[in-house]
Amino acid sequence: MLNIVVSISLIAVALSMIGIVYRVIKGPTTPDRVIALDSLGISLISVIGLISVLMRTSVFLEVILLLGILAFIGTVAFSKYLEKGEIIQRERDQ
Amino acid sequence: MRKTNDLILQTVTKVISFIIILFSIHLFFAGHYTPGGGFIGGLMTAAALVLLLLAYDIKTLDNILPFDYKLMTAAGLLIAVLTAAGSLLFNVPFFTHAYDYFDLPLLGETSLHTAVLFDIGVYMVVIGITMTIIQTIGESE
Repeated sequence: MLNIVVSISLIAVALSMIGIVYRVIKGPTTPDRVIALDSLGISLISVIGLISVLMRTSVFLEVILLLGILAFIGTVAFSKYLEKGEIIQRERDQ
Repeated sequence: MRKTNDLILQTVTKVISFIIILFSIHLFFAGHYTPGGGFIGGLMTAAALVLLLLAYDIKTLDNILPFDYKLMTAAGLLIAVLTAAGSLLFNVPFFTHAYDYFDLPLLGETSLHTAVLFDIGVYMVVIGITMTIIQTIGESE
């Protein structure tokens, strides 16, 4: 029973990831693509959670937290590049 | 380049970087029995420092953490080599590790293993190399 429910949710998440990938490829502006990549990372987290339920293991739980942190840092770095034109500043001018 | 105000990013960074560093320390010490270890722990600590670099700048990070990351790499390599060579003092082959159970005052019975010392070397080398690469690329004008 649980396997069927988890498989259906995996298919649903995979379909939503296909929609997100369409937005990454098609997206008219760069911020669209950045937001799409961020939500792709979050969908990947839910895929890993569902797979760890399916495989009845808890060794993937570190990967979930890791992907959350990496998605956040990547999105912040992209946004800073779009906002200021450079990612790491030598000295803050204010 | 416009003048911007990063108040939200800086406030969030102050909270999240400590959580990331705690998570990296957990990954480092849990590496013997669960997934984790020196490599991914060092990468997560470097990720917390990169988040500080993103929210502030290179000079601020130099002020709060005045490390020379190249020296840190060298110290990590030295720790790893000394751990491996320490087994030669007891007439056993190179890289032989040892462990025993000790009664620590707060933690109870704990198994202390010399592989942790080798992992500390890996941890410091990973942090040093990652931060050296990122700071060298970031500083180019």
